[in-house]
Amino acid sequence: MAHAASQDHHDDHHEAPSGFFRRWFMSTNHKDIGTLYLIFALLMFFIGGSMAMLIRAELFEPGLQLVQPYFFNELTTMHALVMIFGAIMPAFVGLGNWMIPLMVGAPDMALPRMNNMSFWLLPFAFTILLSSFFLPGGAPAGGWTMYPPLSIQGGDSIAFLIFFVHVSGISSIMGAINIIATILNMRAPGMDLLKMPIFVWTWLITAFLLIAVMPVLAGAVTMLLTDKYFGTSFFNAAGGGDPVLFQHVFWFFGHPEVYIMILPAFGIISEIIPTFSRKPLFGYKAMVYATASIAFLSFIVWAHHMFAVGLPLGAELFFMYATMLIAVPTGVKVFNWVTTMWKGSLTFETPMLFAVAFVILFTIGGFSGIMLALVPADFQYQDTYFVVAHFHYVLVTGAAFSIMAAVYYWLPKWSGNMYSERWGKIHFWLSVVSVNVLFFPQHFLGLAGMPRRIPDYNVAFADFNMISSIGGFVFGATQLIFVGVIIHCVFFAKKKATDRVWEGSKGLEWTVPSPAPHHTFAVPPVIDDSQLAHGDVTH
Amino acid sequence: MKFGGIRGRATTWAVAASALLSGSAWANPHPWQLNLTKGVTQTSHEVWDLNMASFLVCVVIGVIVFGAMIIAMFRFRKSKGAVAEKWSHSTKLELVWTIIPVLILMGLAWPATKILVRTTDTADAQMTVKVTGYQWKWRYDYVDYDGKTVKKVGFMSRLDKKSDATRQLDSGLDPKAVVDANGTNDYLLNVDHPLVVPAGVKIRFLITGGDVIHSWWVPDLGWKMDAIPGIVNAAWTKISKPGIYRGQCAELCGQDHGFMPIVVKAVPKAQFEKWLAAQESAAQLDKASRTAQADSTPGDDSQG
Ligand SMILES: [Cu+2]
Repeated sequence: MAHAASQDHHDDHHEAPSGFFRRWFMSTNHKDIGTLYLIFALLMFFIGGSMAMLIRAELFEPGLQLVQPYFFNELTTMHALVMIFGAIMPAFVGLGNWMIPLMVGAPDMALPRMNNMSFWLLPFAFTILLSSFFLPGGAPAGGWTMYPPLSIQGGDSIAFLIFFVHVSGISSIMGAINIIATILNMRAPGMDLLKMPIFVWTWLITAFLLIAVMPVLAGAVTMLLTDKYFGTSFFNAAGGGDPVLFQHVFWFFGHPEVYIMILPAFGIISEIIPTFSRKPLFGYKAMVYATASIAFLSFIVWAHHMFAVGLPLGAELFFMYATMLIAVPTGVKVFNWVTTMWKGSLTFETPMLFAVAFVILFTIGGFSGIMLALVPADFQYQDTYFVVAHFHYVLVTGAAFSIMAAVYYWLPKWSGNMYSERWGKIHFWLSVVSVNVLFFPQHFLGLAGMPRRIPDYNVAFADFNMISSIGGFVFGATQLIFVGVIIHCVFFAKKKATDRVWEGSKGLEWTVPSPAPHHTFAVPPVIDDSQLAHGDVTH
Repeated sequence: MKFGGIRGRATTWAVAASALLSGSAWANPHPWQLNLTKGVTQTSHEVWDLNMASFLVCVVIGVIVFGAMIIAMFRFRKSKGAVAEKWSHSTKLELVWTIIPVLILMGLAWPATKILVRTTDTADAQMTVKVTGYQWKWRYDYVDYDGKTVKKVGFMSRLDKKSDATRQLDSGLDPKAVVDANGTNDYLLNVDHPLVVPAGVKIRFLITGGDVIHSWWVPDLGWKMDAIPGIVNAAWTKISKPGIYRGQCAELCGQDHGFMPIVVKAVPKAQFEKWLAAQESAAQLDKASRTAQADSTPGDDSQG
């Protein structure tokens, strides 16, 4: 803590509060709240993951062996909700909480009390959601997309789901407001917008997406609620409503939501690859503009989730072209990452391994995305395992891999200790092999004609399902290694981390001691352009 | 296994391999199938070509991008003494990889547009069938054929009994044992009453939902269309050769979503006309309880 004192004139205040309750429940500290978010996300990752294990176990061979079809639907529905709203999104908010103030030279988040509240809403939201398993009639089973009339056909679990969406939505919106306020107001003098690390840029844009679309989801589910309990007919054809309207509103939220889950991942990868290539990020400005274009385009492609609902020809064409257009800025990003590596000086520590795997496997998810964008072909792919493979490549080997990369990358800064590189690499290699065994065969299943969200299937689909399940079990078990590495690093590791941690690391977060003291940048740092992550971009 | 013995398996493999190479049509999905079926309609053929074209484009881009990455990973390792260069942008390069993808995408969008424009045109159909999705069965009503209104021909189509018994939790029955007359496994892909249609005739489908949203999908026809309550969607097909084509409901519709398959039996035109006439006269004879072929649902009028 000796270094910390030099950063902070008020020595009495920079220690963490002593009581456990005071420190963790009443915290207004961005680092502690970031840690809470990350632990919560990890817990949800395992809860959602255990549902996935049960799903893959039932699909291990044809015939029903373990669960009734209705419970299977509960599992697929809850798996998606827990993973999206419980694991991926909170993990990114946790990373943003921890790193954004450190990266822009701010002492904390702009709205620390709101920060506390936005985290502590989440355990309540998920208690509401998960408790629905114990309701008569069970948990929601109409899919995470909640399409009416199916979603309001079951018991009262839909009310729990809707209340969950509201509470976690409020949490997300508050988190987003906080991030925007921090980035726009709290940057150290000299940290111009176009000098910010890409991770901060992607989060800024993501936060605007969140504020724009979470209320839309809240509106959609509230209409669902009044349709079920108060006799309205927004989505009820018999009462003059339109079931397809819900899909339009839902996906107007849902597609930007996809980018909410991937833009911060782009940011993380754009931090890690330059560090381990020892070379500045190629095309910094292009990366910022590409992120902004993807965010803009994400608002005008929603109906590509609905090509089979019977849209008019003009709409099908418009949404096809707009969707294909997203491949352009996304391609720019991939090309820029590869070019950053080109003529660098590469080493492959665990964060870099995950980042490289991200670039390749996310791109494979992007390829199937281009195929899905072609409407006539989508008439075959839609609602099959081809789609399941596509979005798991994007969300597991994309978003989740980027989060793992980020944890390995910043864990030494958080904990002050080096994690076990050996076990990190074992975790990586087992993950990267098993995740492909898990998801790649699902492309074949979808092409061969297996619909998604079914608990049982024809014998022709048996072989690839069994392979996929085996991959799933190995991938699931491998994540226990991840937990082991983290616990070992935080509590037991002997090797201390240096302040800079990585040889090629640049940016303000590496100028504070490891572990990062409870309070940092109480005095704004002096910005030295040559020490910024992206070098001098003015020319 | 499913044909019994090693010879059966070897035959399956040989047939599967030849089908993979030639891309010939299968009425059923088959073990280790890697790709879309080519199907039996012009649409399904065009979609198959589009599928292959887009796949090949992805493979070529993948080889270039991943190839460059792999080369970089081996050539520019610090352990091999690589020293990082300092450059960090090139407007020329960035323009190149913005413009080239746009051109490639236009190359894909063009055939996709052409196929879409052709396949959305349901005009000039010689026959109309109304398809209604219910939890968890399909209803088929024959509306008109060859310019004439069809009288009271319609029926429910449900999962066949053998599959239904086998698919119960812990039924103790082997899904591999659910086979048709030719020994082909049709577990969960067979129904009691298939939709009978003529081959070589443009058929218009009017697709709707009776309770929740379903989706009517037969891969060999090359498309799926959602069956939505309160909305009647139109689609069409023209099956090039007689055969039995199987599909499944493709939109989550509740607990038995996985158990409402679709079977289309395409027969030569003359045979279909005979079948239709028989159905019509049977309907005439037995107005009260409908035909033995058809299940009745209270209050459900067949198309008149
Ligand atoms: Cu259905």
